[in-house]
Amino acid sequence: MALDKSEVEKIAHLARLHVSDSEAEEVTTRITDILALIDQMQSVDTESVEPLAHPLDVVQRLRIDEVTEENQRESLQKLAPASEDGLYLVPKVLE
Amino acid sequence: MINSTVAEISAALKAGDISSVEITQAYLNRIAKLNGELNAYITVCEESALEQAAAADAGRSAGNTSPLLGIPIAHKDIFCTKDILTTCGSRMLHNFVSPYNATVVERFNDAGTVLLGKTNMDEFAMGSSNETSFFGDVKNPWNTECVPGGSSGGSAAAVAADLCAMATGTDTGGSIRQPAAFCGITGFKPSYGRVSRWGMIAFASSLDQAGPITKSAEDAALMLNAMVGLDEKDSTSIDRPAEDFTASLNQPLKGLRIGVPKQHFAQGLSMEVEEAVRNALAEYEKLGATIKEVDLTNSHLSVSAYYVVAPAEASANLSRFDGVRYGYRCEDPVDLEDMYKRTRSEGFGEEVKRRIMIGTYALSAGYYDAYYRKAQKIRRLIKDDFDRAFEEVDVIIGPTSPHTAFKLGSKSDPVSMYLEDIYTIAVNLAGLPAASIPVGVANGLPMGMQIIGAYFDEAKILNVAHQFQQHTDWHKQKPGPIASNEGEA
Repeated sequence: MALDKSEVEKIAHLARLHVSDSEAEEVTTRITDILALIDQMQSVDTESVEPLAHPLDVVQRLRIDEVTEENQRESLQKLAPASEDGLYLVPKVLE
Repeated sequence: MINSTVAEISAALKAGDISSVEITQAYLNRIAKLNGELNAYITVCEESALEQAAAADAGRSAGNTSPLLGIPIAHKDIFCTKDILTTCGSRMLHNFVSPYNATVVERFNDAGTVLLGKTNMDEFAMGSSNETSFFGDVKNPWNTECVPGGSSGGSAAAVAADLCAMATGTDTGGSIRQPAAFCGITGFKPSYGRVSRWGMIAFASSLDQAGPITKSAEDAALMLNAMVGLDEKDSTSIDRPAEDFTASLNQPLKGLRIGVPKQHFAQGLSMEVEEAVRNALAEYEKLGATIKEVDLTNSHLSVSAYYVVAPAEASANLSRFDGVRYGYRCEDPVDLEDMYKRTRSEGFGEEVKRRIMIGTYALSAGYYDAYYRKAQKIRRLIKDDFDRAFEEVDVIIGPTSPHTAFKLGSKSDPVSMYLEDIYTIAVNLAGLPAASIPVGVANGLPMGMQIIGAYFDEAKILNVAHQFQQHTDWHKQKPGPIASNEGEA
């Protein structure tokens, strides 16, 4: 299925990506090509097939709900582009 | 000694013929000499490697007999390594020094290995040529005008060029096996769930699996012994009884039933690869195996289904890169949305952005049934094909890649790159174990053969691979231009 530029812009927004005007045409063409590859699977009737989400039929393990992690706030926050007083800083959200 | 196998180095260390410090220094010298040309490593850990080597030598004197003690290893830069740069081949993580070790890294540390450095890779493991790395292309040691394959291209090139004794890789759609084939070495993708994914930067969580990249099947068995096992930190990690993967390497192959999928010998396969794999099958017949054609009816749909499942999971996994907690953040964002969008647009490369967008589209309202659910149904059909085949045969053998390594820059459109993994992707969708081992050289470039096993049949695959390597010497062939190791221990 062919996409148009406005659909690509919508997808980019959902993915929080910016597609510039100069890139838009090529991105649209590439994604349309890939969707054509993907659409080959539409040729098979899968009406009665059960979807497979995971290769092995296993169930999620449960564990006791107890704290196992130590507090690593300082070492982890050292990695942040901007932090202050133990908090992560981002651009102003509310005026 | 640097061109020896892990098994040989291990024996030499044990016998006291060489120390870990000596062999580590020899690899570091080789890296200093060749990495500029090959670009196999993003980070080289010279100082800590020599410290680890000295500790390994001291440990040996104190009675430690771990088979991997003091063996120099390289980890793909997708594995988090404490206090060492962990980039995943991306600008997004170009400055990320991991605060913790991946379970795989932890296990090798426990086994006493020496970390030489972190290897180059396609960005976030998305690629089949190592050309999507933010840190530049890796060159194939056999011919530096060619790609090493991807996404574990740095690990494969490093093993092939003797820049390490062994390396880790990860395989989501062929990322261990295809570069192993292109670089003339042994690569192994275990069954899904065998090896912990904790601390391995996620691409497609239902497909990703870590495995060994080595100079022989025996070495792969030695590495697997250290890698596999239950990890409480990975909810999909499988609890299986401990196994020694070296134990059955020498079992004779008499009576082995080999399945040959007719779909893997169809149009698109190059003549030289077909001939090399057919010769290998003839070798197996001489060793007492029987060959039977098997039908993987839906294998032609694997690439289509994969390019829904993998991007969908990637779009979710990569949403964590937001410029807030670690990694790249754009300059002077005007507001939160601007920060997200520019951070992600500047931090990710073209291929990663493309896959995030494909995945976002496939999961968006109104398209879920047509894409994601459909792909999961195809995934079931592909798994069923394998299940049926394994009722009749013990292993399935075919080519790893349709051809030898291609020239750098020669595949500019994504779809032709995606089709590179035509024989490997179905294995990930089904979650099966598979190896690639060298089966020949054509026009100066190596070729690989894929051996697929039933679930948890790693030992069988390794036995089949090892027996081939006991009777042939393709795995001992070295890249010509850089093969000379004289004067380097």
